[in-house]
Amino acid sequence: MNRILQCNDVSVRFGGVQALGDVHFDAEEGGITAVIGPNGAGKTTLLNVISGMVQQHAGFLIYGGADISTAPPHVRAGLGMVRTFQNLEIFSNMTVLENVMIGCHGRLSVPAWCSLLRTPRSVALERQIREEALEALEFVGIADLAGSTAKDLAFGRQRLLELARALAARPRLLLLDEPAAGLNIAETQHLGELIQRIRDANSLSVILVEHDMDLVMGISDAIMVLSFGQVISRGTPAQVQKDPQVIAAYLGVEED
Amino acid sequence: MQNGYNVAYRRDMFWLAGFFTLLMLAPFCMPNNYYLTILILCGLHAMHAVGLCLLVGHAGQISLGHAGFYGLAAYTSAYLSTTLGLAVGLSMVAGVVLTVLISLLVGLPSLKLKGHYLAMATLGFGIILSILFTETVDITGGPSGFVGIPRLSILGQELTTDIAVYRAVAVVLCLMVWLSFNVLHSRIGRALRALHTSEKAAQAMGVDIARFKLFVFVLSAAFSSISGVLYAHYLTFIAPVSFGFMFSVELIVMVVLGGMVSVPGSIVGAFFVTILPEFLRAFENVEVVLFGAILILCMMFLPDGLAGGWNRLWSRFRRAVHE
Repeated sequence: MNRILQCNDVSVRFGGVQALGDVHFDAEEGGITAVIGPNGAGKTTLLNVISGMVQQHAGFLIYGGADISTAPPHVRAGLGMVRTFQNLEIFSNMTVLENVMIGCHGRLSVPAWCSLLRTPRSVALERQIREEALEALEFVGIADLAGSTAKDLAFGRQRLLELARALAARPRLLLLDEPAAGLNIAETQHLGELIQRIRDANSLSVILVEHDMDLVMGISDAIMVLSFGQVISRGTPAQVQKDPQVIAAYLGVEED
Repeated sequence: MQNGYNVAYRRDMFWLAGFFTLLMLAPFCMPNNYYLTILILCGLHAMHAVGLCLLVGHAGQISLGHAGFYGLAAYTSAYLSTTLGLAVGLSMVAGVVLTVLISLLVGLPSLKLKGHYLAMATLGFGIILSILFTETVDITGGPSGFVGIPRLSILGQELTTDIAVYRAVAVVLCLMVWLSFNVLHSRIGRALRALHTSEKAAQAMGVDIARFKLFVFVLSAAFSSISGVLYAHYLTFIAPVSFGFMFSVELIVMVVLGGMVSVPGSIVGAFFVTILPEFLRAFENVEVVLFGAILILCMMFLPDGLAGGWNRLWSRFRRAVHE
């Protein structure tokens, strides 16, 4: 299979702390690649580096064959790399529909003067954005909430909203940062199915950072395990589960 | 639901049509020219308020330097038309263009700052300009002001009466409101509201936040500069006190009073802040105290501004009618 994303020798330091040390990470085209590890392992930092929110101190990133090591976040988004956030970053004062319409921003665009003068082109584009946003809402199953203010939604719905917003951008690579955090078992199961459905329906690739092991083991094609900024294991879910180093990192090592 | 967006836009257009009609009819109920002068000032101030409503209310970028843009445009046009003898129309265009370019230069570095720091940077810029207006006596006439500016003219036709100037100001203001509504009901407006709430998420969704902040900053500076050139050629006399720090604060007060995110609210705020001191003039010594007290009372009882208060009143009225 082709690799949609390659991270080579990525290192990030925050002051004296080595958050990521020489991390190699590949994501397969059309696959769900999970990144797991104990708290503070550097999972979110890796996602931030991939999406361009944190600049790596060393290493480079290849996405779809192009070097994107220094591209700013909005450019990466424009290339079809879209993320969600661990601590929901929804636009709380806007309606649900408007939130999702923002997702179309990078993809569907007219020059500023068209918006300023509200030319027919701008009006037609608005209609298209609106329809596509509604489609995304329907896909995740919250189209009935389109008119509500985003902050009034229940937590689980806000997670779905963030997912819909990301989908509206028609990503090639979807970066999910702990999408199951704060969800109950039923919601998590539903989310797992949804992620697979998203992957199949849009033939996109997913990078999943997650703590919920049932979810990760259930839907991932490949897993990478981080601990203190180092890669300690990688492979299929079955391989990773048996790796003694992974068990040690999660449970600690017994002293003889 | 399907056309909810259009409905909202149409409602704003209805408001604009009503507002324009009101502006056109207002002079007929004016007993004398003094009131017309006040109305013209209201219109000029409302131009700032509309721009700042987009910049401060929607995009969340605080500027305390817009009085500087106001003055820069006014002085540029005054200098070109009076000292250098250029045509009034040409000077006005030059004043606006120069101010827009300066705002671009100021906005590029300072919009990288956030919250209070952006306010400080624009405040510094405003104060520098204010000092320039006062100290460059040879060009601006210094503290005693710039006198003998030719009156407003459009396509070589001088607007000799106040009523003509008033109509011109009303038309320009309504054009600005129209542009603002267009922006707010487009992807640009959505991007501005998004970056206001979360710059991180906006970026992740592909919004080039630096570009959109700069766009709305320059747009609001353009509105302020147009107000500035109209002001200079209407009064034919300008002085540095009109473009000082206090005026920048007053502009922010108009927007806050109007309810931050409402364009009609900001306009009402501008009219309110401009007219109120005229009514309070009878109280002489305590005028400023009363002005301050009224503003405090407004914010205490209308925390979401005049627009928010109006909306609540309106929905209560509608409920009363339904029952």
